[in-house]
Amino acid sequence: MKRGDDRGFRLATGAVAGLVLLIVAGIAFELTRQSWLSIGKFGLSFWTTKVWDPVSGEFGALPFIWGTLYSSVLALALATPIALGIAIFITELSPRWLRQPLSYLTELLAAIPSIVYGLWGIFVLVPIVRKIEIALGAKPALGVGMMAAALILAIMVIPFTSSVAREILKNVPSTQREAAYALGSTRWEAIKVAMSYGKSGIFGAVMLGFGRALGETMAVTMVIGNSPRVSLSLYAPQYTMAAVIANEFTEAADELYLHALIEIGLLLFIITIIINGLSRLLIWRMKNV
Amino acid sequence: MSARRRKIVSRVFETLCGMAVLIALIPLALILFYVVKEGAGALNLAFFTQMPKPVGEEGGGMANAIVGTLILIGLAALFAVPVGCICGIHLSEYPRSKFSSAVRFAADVMNGVPSIVIGIFAYGLAVLPVKRFSAIAGGFALGLLMIPIVIRTTEELLRLVPPGLREGALALGASRSRAVFGVIIPAALPGILTGILVALARVAGETAPLLFTSFNNRFWSTNLGQPIASLTVQVFTYAISPYDDWHRQAWAGAFLLVMMILALSIIARLAVRRLERMNRP
Amino acid sequence: MKNGIYILLALALASCKPAEVANTATDAPAGQTIQINGAGATFPYPIYSKWFDEYGKSHTNVRINYQSIGSGGGIKQLSAQTVFFGATDGPMTDEQLKAAPGPIMHFPTVLGAVVPIYNVEGLEQTLRFTGPLLADVYLGKITKWNDRAIAAVNPGVKLPATDIVVVHRSDGSGTTYIWCDYLSKVSPEYQQKVGVATSVNWPAGVGAKGNEGVAGLVRQTPGAIGYVELIYASHNNILFGSVQNKAGEHVNATLQSVTTAAAGVAVPDDFRVSITNADGKDAYPISSFTWILLYQNPSDKERARIMVDFMKWALTDGQKFAPELGYAPLPQPVVEKEMAALGRIAL
Repeated sequence: MKRGDDRGFRLATGAVAGLVLLIVAGIAFELTRQSWLSIGKFGLSFWTTKVWDPVSGEFGALPFIWGTLYSSVLALALATPIALGIAIFITELSPRWLRQPLSYLTELLAAIPSIVYGLWGIFVLVPIVRKIEIALGAKPALGVGMMAAALILAIMVIPFTSSVAREILKNVPSTQREAAYALGSTRWEAIKVAMSYGKSGIFGAVMLGFGRALGETMAVTMVIGNSPRVSLSLYAPQYTMAAVIANEFTEAADELYLHALIEIGLLLFIITIIINGLSRLLIWRMKNV
Repeated sequence: MSARRRKIVSRVFETLCGMAVLIALIPLALILFYVVKEGAGALNLAFFTQMPKPVGEEGGGMANAIVGTLILIGLAALFAVPVGCICGIHLSEYPRSKFSSAVRFAADVMNGVPSIVIGIFAYGLAVLPVKRFSAIAGGFALGLLMIPIVIRTTEELLRLVPPGLREGALALGASRSRAVFGVIIPAALPGILTGILVALARVAGETAPLLFTSFNNRFWSTNLGQPIASLTVQVFTYAISPYDDWHRQAWAGAFLLVMMILALSIIARLAVRRLERMNRP
Repeated sequence: MKNGIYILLALALASCKPAEVANTATDAPAGQTIQINGAGATFPYPIYSKWFDEYGKSHTNVRINYQSIGSGGGIKQLSAQTVFFGATDGPMTDEQLKAAPGPIMHFPTVLGAVVPIYNVEGLEQTLRFTGPLLADVYLGKITKWNDRAIAAVNPGVKLPATDIVVVHRSDGSGTTYIWCDYLSKVSPEYQQKVGVATSVNWPAGVGAKGNEGVAGLVRQTPGAIGYVELIYASHNNILFGSVQNKAGEHVNATLQSVTTAAAGVAVPDDFRVSITNADGKDAYPISSFTWILLYQNPSDKERARIMVDFMKWALTDGQKFAPELGYAPLPQPVVEKEMAALGRIAL
């Protein structure tokens, strides 16, 4: 009877998990189906063409791919240390009475809707960034551009990564830290042990943050300048995939145009798959070295 | 490395962590201040009790949008929490199977899909076939956004429950399901709830996917099969208009949204604390 | 033990999407409230919401729910029949009309205009622009404020040597459509390089989202130039320039000059016409109709009857609400033509 139970448990939970696979497959299918015209017309050159011209019907996704990757990587680089720092502080270092308030405060950052970030971004952050750019000698110093985008994305990613990382660290058994202290570790070394135990969970937290950055739309489009271009310059206005879809989708009524926009969605999907695959490879390597 | 040097390193990193908190608090303070400044003043009784009014008319509020948002996130949670948690349970119980790897990968990919693409997908599935916008379609779209977050956090937190607990339960003759539901989940519940909250907070502020699913409704409606108002879409509509009065209302709506999410957070945390206290022998 | 399985199965089933609500699209029997959903352009949203409200006061069983998801969105949703009527700032193209499941008619409702806004240090007065000048700026050919071309049109005005920062819309929009429509008419190079659409491949400048994005960016960026709806500029006290029209006059955008532009154009039977660069001494050259879209042979006769009745009200009584909200009312000849056209809808 017990074995039947266990089998039933596995099947039932597996069925629900399978639903997730079905949904993702469904999304992939729908995205491909609804971008068919564009795939047929441009093929692989869609990835490498720089032109985006709705009037002449010439579409290429390269500037958007660049903008998305560049802004997300920058945001992650900025946000991850801070988010982990916060998580560590709250779980390991802060006095007990401070824990709850600090947790609430970081979660408050996550509670702010994306559009509010966008409005704050354009009215508060962009002028600040413009001043910074002027001080750094940028010409022209617009304020909108990659720097502002990376900053606002980082701010939005921090609460995600830190909340999850905090839960992970909280659930690392205290025996781990106690063992470290017993062996004469300093505070920081004990923390490193705890982080190592929760390594996969923390990695998950970081990936959640990355996913957020890749897909963020409203806030980014308000501050990035929305100019398709491939540029390393932090001062240059650029464009991301999610932003162009959000900006142009509701107005696009022409079939090819719509399909090109959805193909960008498909591209983002594929890039997410590649990034996830690569990071999994990395983790596997780390574990097996 | 000498003991003294290690202590210094430790201190340095501890300080850095403290600074991280301060750095994160700066934009938070700036944004909150801005939202409060713009929005708190515009909140009045009319806001909570009246429907949107055309420009130039006194009063006007977002009563329908407030209720609409609550209904939408309720629907989203109804869809996402069971699916996400059960999926997370499966992944944590059978972590090494090929199937689980595939599902985990799929969830991560789903997490990176921009909300507008999810909206388009939900539109194709829940709106187009029935040729109508509805609250259910909106809840479905938001639920899809929540699922990957719930799966990830549920799985990770269940995995962190000390193996001794699981082994003990199984050794006492419990079946898998009894062990999971009776012992492991209660132990990880606070963390799982946090994950759900993080997911809810994420979707409560979404606009784009709702534009193609729940649409928005200028009138009072709680009918799940009809378009329904939501704070985010209403705020968005007002924010891009040229009128000051509507701008004020947009900020009030944004402020209210933030407060609602915070309240949700606090209530859930209190519930979690009570649960933790119950579980402690 | 077994309970666990049952609980799981119950949860799994509960997590399935709940069955579709079994209402049919045609809801209420006569006498009860009937809701009509429409979608489309953001530009006329304020006046439409005013109209639907006013109409609802005298027709208490009618609820018209209009949402601004964009002109393209309106056309799409109308063609997909998820909404009963659409609204657009730019007329449907022949291809779009062909792709729709049935013939669709255009009905102009009000007029709007697009104005150039700018932020030049020390300049507090209205600058003069011409069409070709604006085209060259947006093509990136004129890059400084003290360029000869600008000075020529603004004699006596002290123009600084600041760089021009071009600001355009990043989101697809009817405002962009009208702007590009005008510039393409006055500059063959603009027509060839950029063209007319709600979203174009901008040769120069930075994209901001929405009118408020453009206005915000222009306000904060020294040397910036942008374009916004007249209503937006006037309600937010934004300084905007005058534009030289076809007759050579430098005209400021006002409700009067916009209505004059519409009166100076021959309107075809299907009302799909652009009125930018209109004839007339006092016509403002960057003006445009905005349209409501209705199926000519709708299957839902009751809703069609209500919409036709509404349109007749909007074209007559409704027009008086336009000026106070910043929209220019339609000229009388156009209204008369539309009333006749409404009769062609099969009820």
